[in-house]
Amino acid sequence: MVTRTGTPLVELRDMSISFGGIKAVDHVTVDLYPGEVVGLLGHNGAGKSTLIKCLSGAYKADAGQILINGAEVDINNPRDARAQNIETIYQTLALADNLNAASNLFLGRELVGPGGFLDDSKMEAETRKIMARLNPNFRKFNVPVSALSGGQRQSVAIARAVYFNAKILIMDEPTAALGPQETQMVAELIQELKAQGLGIFLIEHDIHNVMKLCDRASVMKNGQLVGTVDVNQVTDEDILSMIILGKKPAKAA
Amino acid sequence: MSNTSHSPATQSAPDSGFGRFLRATEIDPRLLGMVGALVLIWVAFEAYSTLILGRPSMLLGAAQADANGFLTPRNLWNLSVQTAYIGIMATGMVLVIITRNIDLSVGSIMGMVGMYMGLLQVDFLTPALGLGHPAIWVVTVIFGIVMGALIGALQGSMIAYLNIPSFIVTLGGLLVWRGAAFLVAGGKTIAPMDDTFALIGGGSFGALGRTGSWIFAAIAVVAVVWGVVRGRKARTLHGFQQRPVWAEWFMGGLICAIILGATAIVNSYIWPKGNIKKYYDQLGLPVPDGAEFGHGYAYPVLILIVVAIFMTVLMTRTRFGRYVFAIGGNPEAAALSGINTRTMTVKIFTLMGALAGIAAVIGSARQNSATNAMGNLDELYVIAAAVVGGTSLAGGVGTVYGAIIGALILTSLQTGMVLIGFGDGSYQRIVIGIALVLAVWLDIVYRKRIK
Ligand SMILES: Nc1ncnc2c1ncn2[C@@H]1O[C@H](COP(=O)(O)OP(=O)(O)OP(=O)(O)O)[C@@H](O)[C@H]1O
Ligand SMILES: [Mg+2]
Repeated sequence: MVTRTGTPLVELRDMSISFGGIKAVDHVTVDLYPGEVVGLLGHNGAGKSTLIKCLSGAYKADAGQILINGAEVDINNPRDARAQNIETIYQTLALADNLNAASNLFLGRELVGPGGFLDDSKMEAETRKIMARLNPNFRKFNVPVSALSGGQRQSVAIARAVYFNAKILIMDEPTAALGPQETQMVAELIQELKAQGLGIFLIEHDIHNVMKLCDRASVMKNGQLVGTVDVNQVTDEDILSMIILGKKPAKAA
Repeated sequence: MSNTSHSPATQSAPDSGFGRFLRATEIDPRLLGMVGALVLIWVAFEAYSTLILGRPSMLLGAAQADANGFLTPRNLWNLSVQTAYIGIMATGMVLVIITRNIDLSVGSIMGMVGMYMGLLQVDFLTPALGLGHPAIWVVTVIFGIVMGALIGALQGSMIAYLNIPSFIVTLGGLLVWRGAAFLVAGGKTIAPMDDTFALIGGGSFGALGRTGSWIFAAIAVVAVVWGVVRGRKARTLHGFQQRPVWAEWFMGGLICAIILGATAIVNSYIWPKGNIKKYYDQLGLPVPDGAEFGHGYAYPVLILIVVAIFMTVLMTRTRFGRYVFAIGGNPEAAALSGINTRTMTVKIFTLMGALAGIAAVIGSARQNSATNAMGNLDELYVIAAAVVGGTSLAGGVGTVYGAIIGALILTSLQTGMVLIGFGDGSYQRIVIGIALVLAVWLDIVYRKRIK
């Protein structure tokens, strides 16, 4: 299993952020080791998405530190996060509906040819390659993503995060819109990426997926961290009761 | 169509021969609609002037000198010049509207920039450099474009960094710059402009002439053919499905035919006698018998063509253009992809301002004077041109060529109304207002149908 010794790949220390009066994330500390999948769990509105958005550069935390390989980094915008090899699949997918799959996949990192002009053919070819791996049934390369199904859109968002050789991957409910077969493929993808040594934060509501895919699970409630448990040492019942009751099970404490 | 899975989503097109034709050529049906509307308008004005007003028509064999309907070289040439400056600004308005903004200030920017250009020439450059110095027009043009760009940058910064809606910032600009235009010279007209500068506005001397226009057309045709060949190569390289060969060459051929046809028309508009005499007088020669000159493409039209090519490349081939569309499609997603949406907004409004500066150059050169009313209400025509040309006010959708066709449609309506005797502004406005609403409604109906 994952060896959790030495410096973690990512450490979010004592993070806080509030919107107006609401403390969306309240002094939360989580960490992530290379080759590890850490599940982030909690009820709707617990603050999971907000927490990881501080890491992906979408939000700037009010307080707290972000450490990558033990060194504190400043992440002020999504470009900073990408520069740290952090890739994110957002819950909202963050796709420009009027652009096609290739344009979305390379958005902000377009391939250009001589003279700095966009190389759309190359981008489409690369998109076809990665989609062939992730979703072999995908055919709609020349239409705006608004014309895709929810699951197809999700696979575009996943392809975007995977394509750029991330070291740290954030997946906010990546299988929410996927059918059973596609969900299985994402599960296999997660295992493959994990084997390559990536660290993955996985936000996931399905407890079976959590038990299957995650090494550890961090549970949040009302913006606060309830606790982090080793998935091998607890049952799914334990985790569910953490989510619902907001208390850590005695034996895993 | 062996491999249907790769073809764009035009499944809704009826599977008739025509539907297949559209799919093979990848012609946007809306483009077809716009061109159809344009042709309809032209034919309607010509028919009205021939049948109702009883004027001779060149289509029925009348000589150019006698014909004064819509479809005469003279009228079409004038139409091209009038379309030019609205079209130039409309190409920029497309970007503004795609990113879910609006710019109401472009007409006023034209007015103010025009006044300052007049002031610069008459009060500073001419006294300093001497009458007719060749640097005068160059300095004036650069000054006008830079001033327009700076005003645009100022407005764009307020929109991007102070989060004031573009509608408000540019509505303020509409009032402020128009007021400033009046104050520049206390409401007086500044005239005349430098002779070389005035050529930018068109006229017999401000046009390319017959030979030049044919050379221009030849270059354009070569460019189209090269574009078709290169496009096929790029697609073959990556093994994508090709449009059928006949469809590629049909489209290329059509574009070439339009180029050659337009060239023939502008070349067949002959110089008035007075200008021919002026020309030979300047050379100190007597006017030879049977001397005849064709106008060819007017300079403002050439400027429009250059701007249109530049803007099309910018929008379809560069990161900047890609980001414009992305911001329009989903501003949040664009920001999460690392696009700095604020500097993009500033750049877009700067570009819009620069284009308004170019329009001010053409406008004041054409009038051969600077007046504080120049460009009055043009912002509305520019916005209407972009929208009639298929730019969606919801953002994310629009094309440069569409905006230019939109400008051509609106200018056709405007000049056509004058031609058939409804020149007083009220009828023009009624017709253009109805056309705008109708165009947007038809677009909505069309979009619903393809969904
Ligand atoms: N941009 C924002 N402005 C104001 N409040 C926000 C914003 N984003 C999140 N919140 C609030 O912060 C809290 C946490 O939201 P968050 O999206 O992180 O929840 P979540 O744990 O991801 O929930 P879900 O499982 O439903 O995705 C919620 O109360 C939400 O209303
Ligand atoms: Mg969430």
